[in-house]
Amino acid sequence: MSSKIDRAFYDIGHLDTLAEGSSALHRLDPRAKVLATAVFVVSVVSFGKYEIARLLPFFLYPVLVIALADLPVFFLLRKLLIVSPFVLFVGIFNPWFDRAVLVELGPVALSGGWVSFLSLLLRFALTVGAALLLIATTGFTAVCMALEKLGAPRIFAVQLLLLYRYLFILIEESIRMIRAHALRSFGTGLRYRVFLQILGNLLLRTMDRAQRIHMAMLCRAFTGEIRIMRQFRFGRREFFYLTGCCAFFIGLRLTDLPSLVGRFLLEMGP
Amino acid sequence: MHMADALLSPTVGATMWTATAATTMACAAMVKKSLDDRKVPLMGVLAAFVFAVQMINFTIPGTGSSGHLGGGLLLAILLGPPAAFLAIGSVLTVQALFFADGGLLALGCNIFNLGVFPCFIAYPLLYIPLAGKNPTPGRLLAAILLAAVAGLQLGSLGVVLQTSLSGVSELPFSSFIVLMQPIHLAIGVVEGLVTAGVVSFIWKARPEILEKAASGQGLGSLPVKPVLAGLLAATLVTGGFLSWYASEHPDGLEWSMFKVSGQEELEGQGGSLHDSLGTLQEKTSLLPDYGFRAGESGAGEEAADPRLGTSVAGLVGGGLVLLMGLGLGFLLKRRNSGAAPATRR
Repeated sequence: MSSKIDRAFYDIGHLDTLAEGSSALHRLDPRAKVLATAVFVVSVVSFGKYEIARLLPFFLYPVLVIALADLPVFFLLRKLLIVSPFVLFVGIFNPWFDRAVLVELGPVALSGGWVSFLSLLLRFALTVGAALLLIATTGFTAVCMALEKLGAPRIFAVQLLLLYRYLFILIEESIRMIRAHALRSFGTGLRYRVFLQILGNLLLRTMDRAQRIHMAMLCRAFTGEIRIMRQFRFGRREFFYLTGCCAFFIGLRLTDLPSLVGRFLLEMGP
Repeated sequence: MHMADALLSPTVGATMWTATAATTMACAAMVKKSLDDRKVPLMGVLAAFVFAVQMINFTIPGTGSSGHLGGGLLLAILLGPPAAFLAIGSVLTVQALFFADGGLLALGCNIFNLGVFPCFIAYPLLYIPLAGKNPTPGRLLAAILLAAVAGLQLGSLGVVLQTSLSGVSELPFSSFIVLMQPIHLAIGVVEGLVTAGVVSFIWKARPEILEKAASGQGLGSLPVKPVLAGLLAATLVTGGFLSWYASEHPDGLEWSMFKVSGQEELEGQGGSLHDSLGTLQEKTSLLPDYGFRAGESGAGEEAADPRLGTSVAGLVGGGLVLLMGLGLGFLLKRRNSGAAPATRR
């Protein structure tokens, strides 16, 4: 089990180190990327539930981002697979309840349920992938600051930053505790009583730590605001990126590009 | 338990986002007003604690499965509702961004389901009155257990409602609820037992922490009713506004939404609303073949079965665009990694 925690730990750290890249995408102001991601997610989700073909062009965005920012494809795909169970669980009932035949492709008849299930999976991959890509090209700190600049309450943003900063320390601490327990317990799992004691102790240590942190912050003149030396500039490049992305996503939402291309091809052919 | 983007319609997602954003603003204002700024680092670190602890599982005896802490109620007990709500929100944001639990549009729903119910309903309405000022261990356990179960039941009800209102999933409301509620009853009991265990551990080791929280020092006691009223108003207004706006442009999404809300489950609603939903459903009911309707122009030899023709066209076109994109991406990526040794370091 401790290997599972190690893995999750590695995953968080790894995703954030990806953000240290220096591609043109990485260098954009985080606000532009946050807004573009939001428009992307809403455009994808707003399609009808039987839509498949028109979702496909949206994969251009993640593909281009991965390519331009030089991100590891398989790492991201694995993360997608890990979180899929809930969507699979809910979606797998679609073919069961919706059996009316909707599409016939030659001999194969697809029921509405299968079509909407496929569509669900595509949406899942697109929306969740977009969130991962945002972090991998921007980094968590920058996303927090962008959220604050975009109007999220300051306390919330500060608190997100603190959470992220101490997450690693606390995870390491819990890994140490679990490992200590594992070494002394001959492979029996964590029992409820022991689990509670570990949790309680970790909580007490955490609160002590919070107090120490606060005193240290007071010593350095903390007044409730976190100041960060970071220039935010929403320049011409950000403007073009954002308008380009929005035009692309909204254009794909409003026009039926796949049918146009497909019809063109089919007419050209025979 | 986490709601997912793929199951949401934009209308429902945006409504929940608005409700959550309004609650976050209100909570932030309240925390700021009553600040004791010792609480901000405490909030952040406790949120990190909940996050870290969610990765530790314990084995549930006799079942072979394992459980872990959700943490909403624990945070509410330690920090008081508004600060706890912000902390839960931050935990879920990190989960959405790093572990892709749910996704960005669903974040509004998730924070609402896992934050509002434990902090503003289960904690003030169940835990506080039941536990009282000087709880005995038994009362503490009972209060926490009940509050945790209630919070999670409401949360999973939220998931079911949001899913069926979105209409992306075919699962009927009644079967979904029969699936979800018992699972979350079990989860709620585990959550309650763990929270109670941790709280009584703290109670024994450092009672002053809980006394402080309970006596309303720092952030303990804050008005709950205004928050709830505001929340309700925000939800109604945005929900009403958004669905009215959406109905101007009926497409598959609204069709499915009204299909769901036009069914018996929600029939208790006022007559006029129901009527207008009915007419909308009528107006939009030609949309089942949305996305596969006959093409206007290229109908040539496919006229025999236009549906077939256009859907094939759509799939062919979509596949082609996808392939081109993948090819382009592959080329760019190769160029990038080819250039990498030269540019890096």
